Amino acid sequence: MSSKYAVELKDLRKSFGKTEIIRGTNLAVAQGERVAVIGPNGAGKSTLFNLISGRFAPSSGEILLNGERVDGLLPYEINRRGLARSFQITNIFGRLSVFENLRCGVLWSLGYRYAFWKFLADLKDANTRADELLQMIKLERKRDTLAMNLTYAEQRALEIGITIAGGASVVMLDEPTAGMSKTETARFIELIRDVTEGKTLLTVEHDMGVVFGLADKIAVLVYGEVIAFDTPDAVRANARVQEAYLGSVLADAQVAEGTRLHAGHPGH
Amino acid sequence: MSLESATTAAGAAQAAPEVNPVPAMRPWPLRGRAGTWAGFALILLLAPLVFSSDLSVSMLSQIGIAIVACLSFNMLLGQGGMLSFGHAVYTGLATFVCIHALLGIASGAFPVPVSLVPLIGGLAGAFFAILLGYVTTKKAGTPFAMITLGIGELVAAMVLMVPEFFGGEGGVSANRSVGKPFLGITFGPPLQVYYLTAFYTFVCTAAMFAFTRTPLGRMLNAVRDNPERVEFIGYSTQRVRYFSFIIAGFFAGVAGGMYALNFEIATSEVVGAGRSGLYLLFTFLGGATFFFGPIIGAILMVLSFTLLSELTKGWPLYLGLVFILMVMFAPGGIASLLMMNVRLAAYRKLGRVVVWYPALMATALVMLAGAAALIELFYQIQLGSGNETHTSVFGIGLDTQSQASWIGAVAVLLVGYALFELVRRRFGRVWGRVQEEIEAQVAAREGR
Repeated sequence: MSSKYAVELKDLRKSFGKTEIIRGTNLAVAQGERVAVIGPNGAGKSTLFNLISGRFAPSSGEILLNGERVDGLLPYEINRRGLARSFQITNIFGRLSVFENLRCGVLWSLGYRYAFWKFLADLKDANTRADELLQMIKLERKRDTLAMNLTYAEQRALEIGITIAGGASVVMLDEPTAGMSKTETARFIELIRDVTEGKTLLTVEHDMGVVFGLADKIAVLVYGEVIAFDTPDAVRANARVQEAYLGSVLADAQVAEGTRLHAGHPGH
Repeated sequence: MSLESATTAAGAAQAAPEVNPVPAMRPWPLRGRAGTWAGFALILLLAPLVFSSDLSVSMLSQIGIAIVACLSFNMLLGQGGMLSFGHAVYTGLATFVCIHALLGIASGAFPVPVSLVPLIGGLAGAFFAILLGYVTTKKAGTPFAMITLGIGELVAAMVLMVPEFFGGEGGVSANRSVGKPFLGITFGPPLQVYYLTAFYTFVCTAAMFAFTRTPLGRMLNAVRDNPERVEFIGYSTQRVRYFSFIIAGFFAGVAGGMYALNFEIATSEVVGAGRSGLYLLFTFLGGATFFFGPIIGAILMVLSFTLLSELTKGWPLYLGLVFILMVMFAPGGIASLLMMNVRLAAYRKLGRVVVWYPALMATALVMLAGAAALIELFYQIQLGSGNETHTSVFGIGLDTQSQASWIGAVAVLLVGYALFELVRRRFGRVWGRVQEEIEAQVAAREGR
């Protein structure tokens, strides 16, 4: 980690056809920071994640991971350089057991690559690590269950487990709590906090409770541009953010949920 | 570290609907299964003593070859989700190379022992997989299937266009008993070839099973289940497919080499789409979702080719019928049907369903008799071209000119179907209840 910044975006742009989705985004995430990316639907949050993780190549601009240019690299190349991501739609290996899912996640980072001359059962470090991960995501009892037979919340936990398995220093979580109940979400935030301890975290999230509970800093993305990047309190107070996005979201949420949000977040 | 779930097991072609999820079976690591492997070796050793006629020994050799070919095919289909329509390219080209190797041994130009010819086949298979697989494994899913089909056609056409190497329509032939005899072994008698084949069959089966327990083997399963995710945990899906494809090509080549030794001839048919189709069909019938499924398929392949074809000339029709029924109702093949019962046995509930099997089989047999009578009657019209009208099913004479034959056949079929449905529905309820009980037990154990 030679660089002060874990992830840096410099005038990043991405167009699909004639439509420019990401329009000159600049962002510098310091090592160990927890950043939530928020913004209205269609702001380009998912696209931004896809660019950083290598799913799409940017149209122009630079992406630096720990000071090293990674724009234009393939997903697995970026992953090998220390960035891992989860997906909004659960993305696991359905017909493998929970344990096997996690072990697949650790294999590359431990240097086993494409080995076909070693037995998995003999790879002590990989098996130990997979069992540790199993404990971290609290699925010990589902060790040998096929991933597709897990409940939704369990699958989301496994998704996080696979993401952190390779020991990446930068972790990106795309709507980790989407579709979960309130109680599940609360427990899940604790889990995320635990497993990303000491790592740089980037997360896309719609649930403002999650955002304010988890993030050190918030990046507000509106129409492909970061209009604010600051601490939660500062972002909340930011007039431009209020106007562009947050005000309407909070107002909607208050109308929809009555006093629940108030009770949860005395800042309002 | 003895816990390994049956993941190799899981997975079939992307075409297979995801019904009957394979339960997480009790782990069977390689070393704990010494009994299974010893049994397999014993069967290979003793089989020719039980089936000792020249025809049976030749069939046993063919079964060995088919086992290695189908297992290597299933490395792609069952474990990698790669539906190949051109697997015969790798078995077949290896056969050609091995025939030329035998010719070289005969002329003294290529001094290697005949017993190593299958290994040469393996290297040839791997070589062609390196060459052609680089193109095919760039893609997955349907494009992969299409490209393998294209390459299969390409190679089949090339074989006929280069008669200098491939011998044109007639193919090339060689003599296997050309090397220096070693301890009196010339590989002339079928039994000697059988034991060489059996040796390679055993070693290749063990090696392919071992592959399923390696990092590459497991990542191949991961690529099958979710290629996109694999790219985000450090692996290139294309490399995983390519390396696995080469290994599958190697074992396919060994099968091709054994074929060369057994038949001493290679014709254009060995690389053809027909043979590729057979590997697919019988691997699927045997069961692509379990490692041992293709072994069952391979045995069926040889049996249906030699025995069923003796029984009736219309045997491909029956085969097609069985294949369609299997794809529709038991996409996991025979292996998965077996394992479902093993699972019930593990939960001590097998007895409750087994009592239904005689009734199911009896009614199915009535249905089959009716269907068979119709198939044979139609076949006789086509075959006898009006002159020969007699045929028979289960020893019952039929006549294409007789109304009674046709009406009788249809009646038997309908009655059989009605009875079968009656039994099947009741059986289905019992089966469903038993499954629910097991689910409840599993849930209780996991503390859901």
